[in-house]
Amino acid sequence: MSYTADTLQLLAPDGQRVASDATEQYLPYVDALGDDQLREFHRVMSVMRRFDIEAGNLQRQGQLALWVPSIGQEAAQAGSGFAAKAQDHLFPAYREHTVGYIRGLDPVRIIAMLRGQTHGGWVPEETGNFHLYTLVIGSQALHATGYAMGVAFDGKVGTGDPDVDTAVMVYFGDGATSQGDVNEAYVFAQSYQTPQVFFLQNNHWAISVPVRVQSRTPLFHRARGFGIESVQIDGNDVLASYAVTAANLDAARSGKGPRFIEALTYRIGAHTTSDDPSKYRDEEQFRYWQERDPISRFETYLRAQGEGDAFFASVAEEAEDVAADARARTLALEPPAAASMFAHVYSEAHPVMDAQREWLAQYEASFEGEA
Amino acid sequence: MAEDAATVQTLTMTKALTEGLAAAMEADDKVLLMGEDIGPLGGVFRVTEGLQKRFGAHRVLDTPLAESGIVGTAIGLAMRGYRPVCEIQFDGFIFPGFDQITTQLAKLTARHEGALQLPIVIRVPYGGHIGAVEHHQESPEAYFAHTPGLRLVSPATPHDAYWMIQEAIASPDPVMFFEPKSRYWPKGEVDFSDPGAPLHASRVVRVGTDITVVGHGAIVSMLLDAAALAEEEGTSIEVVDLRSLSPIDYAPLLESVRRTGRLVVAQEAPGSVSIGSEIAATVTEQAFYSLEAPVLRVSGYDTPFPPAKLEGAYLPDVDRILHAVDRALAY
Repeated sequence: MSYTADTLQLLAPDGQRVASDATEQYLPYVDALGDDQLREFHRVMSVMRRFDIEAGNLQRQGQLALWVPSIGQEAAQAGSGFAAKAQDHLFPAYREHTVGYIRGLDPVRIIAMLRGQTHGGWVPEETGNFHLYTLVIGSQALHATGYAMGVAFDGKVGTGDPDVDTAVMVYFGDGATSQGDVNEAYVFAQSYQTPQVFFLQNNHWAISVPVRVQSRTPLFHRARGFGIESVQIDGNDVLASYAVTAANLDAARSGKGPRFIEALTYRIGAHTTSDDPSKYRDEEQFRYWQERDPISRFETYLRAQGEGDAFFASVAEEAEDVAADARARTLALEPPAAASMFAHVYSEAHPVMDAQREWLAQYEASFEGEA
Repeated sequence: MAEDAATVQTLTMTKALTEGLAAAMEADDKVLLMGEDIGPLGGVFRVTEGLQKRFGAHRVLDTPLAESGIVGTAIGLAMRGYRPVCEIQFDGFIFPGFDQITTQLAKLTARHEGALQLPIVIRVPYGGHIGAVEHHQESPEAYFAHTPGLRLVSPATPHDAYWMIQEAIASPDPVMFFEPKSRYWPKGEVDFSDPGAPLHASRVVRVGTDITVVGHGAIVSMLLDAAALAEEEGTSIEVVDLRSLSPIDYAPLLESVRRTGRLVVAQEAPGSVSIGSEIAATVTEQAFYSLEAPVLRVSGYDTPFPPAKLEGAYLPDVDRILHAVDRALAY
């Protein structure tokens, strides 16, 4: 699948701005961006790509159980992540490292989870309302929809106060669109007119299965069948991702109900470090998308806007520092205490947890003093 | 003892549940009811009858017909600070929601390392004896009792139904609330002034000396009938109402078995890998030197729940309970 006449784009792969009737409504969002914000888009995408490579290396060196690469999807994530307001809630799948970083998540928390230290790793209230990763494909779509129902019941929609009106955004992939939970989320969202944006990153692959197996219909068309207004964007265009997401979040916050964005992008790396794309990937398609890289495109644009070498060099240096810091802190992570597995299964005291924790402690103590 | 007429009423279990839900909704405006047909219809068993009119459509939600959607959105609502009470229409229809219950609801508090509580109640009308069609008479509680992170309870009387639904809603943990359908309509006294026992306590409901029988939900009344019949023949049966299936409150049960030396476990669900199996294993482990006979199980057979014309043969009845009592006493 490649770009179509419907794919909304503000920045072409050659770094040139695109304008048409379709882009008109989104231009105010781009025009409002200052130079600092544009530089920040580039900085975050570049730093997170370098971090991603480092995390993959750490996995290969036996430091992580698994890594989930996100290379190639930085623009879809950075644009949409920057479009959200502080009070919005974001429900990721498990590849939205760049979104989490934007919301204040220390990316080493993601490493800790994939190293096998924890099944969570962060508290959404402390990470800009960026919720935990969900590994059961599509389950988070219903949590997001339920959360958005709660936002609506709380009256935090359509008040006109930009600091009060709240939206919820859920991330999911093309494979997830086949899951019942995602489709049930569409149903509940339209039924309760939730303040919500469904953000689909169509990266073309569900592990080894191409998106055409999930759907013969463009996925953003499918949303319309549920009564949800939808748009397809070039997910490797950070300006389109930002502006279209911002516009749709505004609509959701103002009480216009759920919206759907399909961001066409491409998973440049493997599904995870357990995968081998050479067994299934079409090389011609791969090259097509390599030529549409989100970061080099934006760099070309920024240079044309007058940004100089010094900025790009400083970003590259910061990216190296972030990677080195992530490596050092990963190697310093100590395994959790065994008793911690009993700690939070229930919120209130539980006799079975108490008994089994005690048993484990006594069992371990029985080995003390042994050679 | 003189009873205060104002604080004791005779109600069906359905009406006791209605009153319990209403009391919880009065006490906390974050309590929401969600489910299929629970609005104007009041649910297929009328448990929520009148509640939408009383509390409004924003607190009694007729949801789309999708059990995973109901549970999954309830999780999101609970993350936002609500206390959803989900109604699953029938036992056999809970399975589309099984994934959200077991992989999400049960685990999210642990995954958040305690920073998130999910005070969600899932009401499940369950069990047979109502002559209904396939998927409408099952007892799936063991699936959920096997899942860490969930609490499971099942009231046997209108009184317990009234109090336990409120205690379940007040719990910070997810609670699966199994309502025995065949006990929905018999009336019983509800004391509105005193719950009598905590949510997760089991309780001796008839004192005896020769043998202990234990069960939960609908079968408790059958155990009491069996005990009354046995008494006429000179056998003294102690009856324990389990009330909570996760965690199981073993203390009263073990104390009873240590006195009687014999135990029969009864349930409608298939016997293999069940609540009854777990009780048999635990009692054998913890009261081994007190036992005069093996712990015997009386249960549904290990078949799919049969067509309604066969439910009499499938489900335990007083005769099968007494048959097991006789076998245990014969050791």
